[in-house]
Amino acid sequence: MTTTSLRLRAGLVSIVLLAAFLGIWHLATRSAGPTTAMSPEYAKLMGLTATQGKSAMPGPLDVGAKLWEHLRRPFYDNGPNDKGLGIQLGYSIARVGMGYLLAVLVAIPLGFLIGMSPLLSKALDPFIQVLKPISPLAWMPLALYTIKDSSISAIFVIFICSIWPMLLNTVFGVASVRKEWINVARTLEVGTLRRAFTVILPAAAPTILTGMRISIGIAWLVIVAAEMLVGGTGIGYFVWNEWNNLSITNVIIAILLIGVVGMLLDQILARFTRMVTFPE
Amino acid sequence: MTDKFISIEGISKRYPGASGATTTVFENLWLSMARGEFCCVIGHSGCGKTTVLNILAGLDAPSEGVVIVDGQAISGTSLDRAVIFQSHALLPWRTVLGNVAYAVSSKWRKWDRAKVKAHAQTFIDLVGLTGSEHKRPSELSGGMKQRVGIARALSITPKMMLMDEPFSALDALTRGTLQDEVRRICLETGQTAFMITHDVDEAIYLADKIFLMTNGPGAVLAEVVENPLPRDRGRTDLHRHPLYYALRNHIIDFLVTRSKTFVAETPDHDPRSVPVIHIGKPGLTIASSGDEPRQAWIPGTNPGLSA
Ligand SMILES: Nc1ncnc2c1ncn2[C@@H]1O[C@H](COP(=O)(O)OP(=O)(O)O)[C@@H](O)[C@H]1O
Ligand SMILES: [Mg+2]
Repeated sequence: MTTTSLRLRAGLVSIVLLAAFLGIWHLATRSAGPTTAMSPEYAKLMGLTATQGKSAMPGPLDVGAKLWEHLRRPFYDNGPNDKGLGIQLGYSIARVGMGYLLAVLVAIPLGFLIGMSPLLSKALDPFIQVLKPISPLAWMPLALYTIKDSSISAIFVIFICSIWPMLLNTVFGVASVRKEWINVARTLEVGTLRRAFTVILPAAAPTILTGMRISIGIAWLVIVAAEMLVGGTGIGYFVWNEWNNLSITNVIIAILLIGVVGMLLDQILARFTRMVTFPE
Repeated sequence: MTDKFISIEGISKRYPGASGATTTVFENLWLSMARGEFCCVIGHSGCGKTTVLNILAGLDAPSEGVVIVDGQAISGTSLDRAVIFQSHALLPWRTVLGNVAYAVSSKWRKWDRAKVKAHAQTFIDLVGLTGSEHKRPSELSGGMKQRVGIARALSITPKMMLMDEPFSALDALTRGTLQDEVRRICLETGQTAFMITHDVDEAIYLADKIFLMTNGPGAVLAEVVENPLPRDRGRTDLHRHPLYYALRNHIIDFLVTRSKTFVAETPDHDPRSVPVIHIGKPGLTIASSGDEPRQAWIPGTNPGLSA
């Protein structure tokens, strides 16, 4: 079997699975449950669930219609509690981007130093071992107390959660550059700085990029939780706000978009990783 | 031999072993090479051949002793001593041209791009890789990769070449072609070469002198065998030379039996004057006396007559 036919068949199976999922979802949410007689006022309070036996869970058609509505107006702004999904995602991506970029700027040079120096590597290891397993959200109160700005606190949380995989992968990548490549540079009397940029960096790049890819995934996981805590703007806040509005449709749409954006971020990093990976 | 271009003087290498003991890979090793000479080292795995080469390259430091190159004790690596690595050690993110140019621009840091490229190209042409300049190492066969390694080493116009089993990973045909080329290039450019090999025929074809090392740990340089074959030897009719089998048998006997027993059987072995073995009739070579190494004579035998 050729790879194209395998791909084609896999694609077909994916479509069938999606259709089956949507179909089951549709059937499951459409079916009317038993309705009980009740006073009209109470019925009004309870909504369609109680009066017409309609499921509280929106069906795929409801979600689709709502999604279309959002996609047509992604950037509207009707005040603090009613902003377009594009704006909310934009806030989240900007926070992740800033925290992540700061982490890159710290983790990669620091990882380089640690990886190239066995002394620093040993000296800093206990700190890294203790700091690494701390849930990024545990930093939140401390960040809010010291920084006193919820938005910057969220960025700090992203920074602190994305720094570890990058740092550890950079250290590992730098420390495990093939000895022969280092020896090539040594026999050519290449200086330390030039060696770092012409041999160690390209050799460690795939490992570093893998760390960056893990980090962006974690950062995107954490931003939703962080925004639920700090509130105001962002896709995490949107999810929480729509839950308070009891708009399950919007929650589902947000979940879907969080997944899509996360996938895109991952794909971008995966592409960069491929760009710096050269088979031997 | 008065011209000692390279002189290894009493080097030893020890590693801290288990429970405080030290492992001595070799000790009090002396050897010298003349300018333009091609020397091969033969010995079993683990006897310290790579260690000697790394010390010569400056990649490793001896526990004791010094290495003198061109009248100067070495400390660390030098662009004068190029290394051809066993596993070619090409940088996979650079093209063929990029790999050679990296060496060129490391030696001549002020050269502009065009000059570096032109110089690198000369050496790529020299090893017969014209047309593959823009390929990455992963697109090359084993033989081509090793050619790039050779071009990279030669491109910095070193005073000597150090090769650690450069062809051992190649098929016989490619190995033969590359041996021809290395021999041609070394003769043309007057390179001094130090090569580790496992292949007796490779040593006979390439070397002027063959160093035989006993088994490690505690390896010693047992003998220096002078190659009796003429300098303009051809790879294909090597075996027709009257002294070829005598030479080959001598080396193989050493590898098979004497490399194990040499140290025990030769208690008076003086590492400072290792016997120089001349294969052939004693009368054909003028023996010298004084502080020159002891001479030994192995009669040339006719392979048709010997068992
Ligand atoms: N870093 C090291 N620590 C301890 N022993 C080593 C180290 N490097 C090499 N050796 C030992 O030195 C000996 C010689 O190694 P090597 O020079 O590679 O031998 P060869 O190239 O002749 O096969 C081997 O027995 C090896 O175990
Ligand atoms: Mg070796």
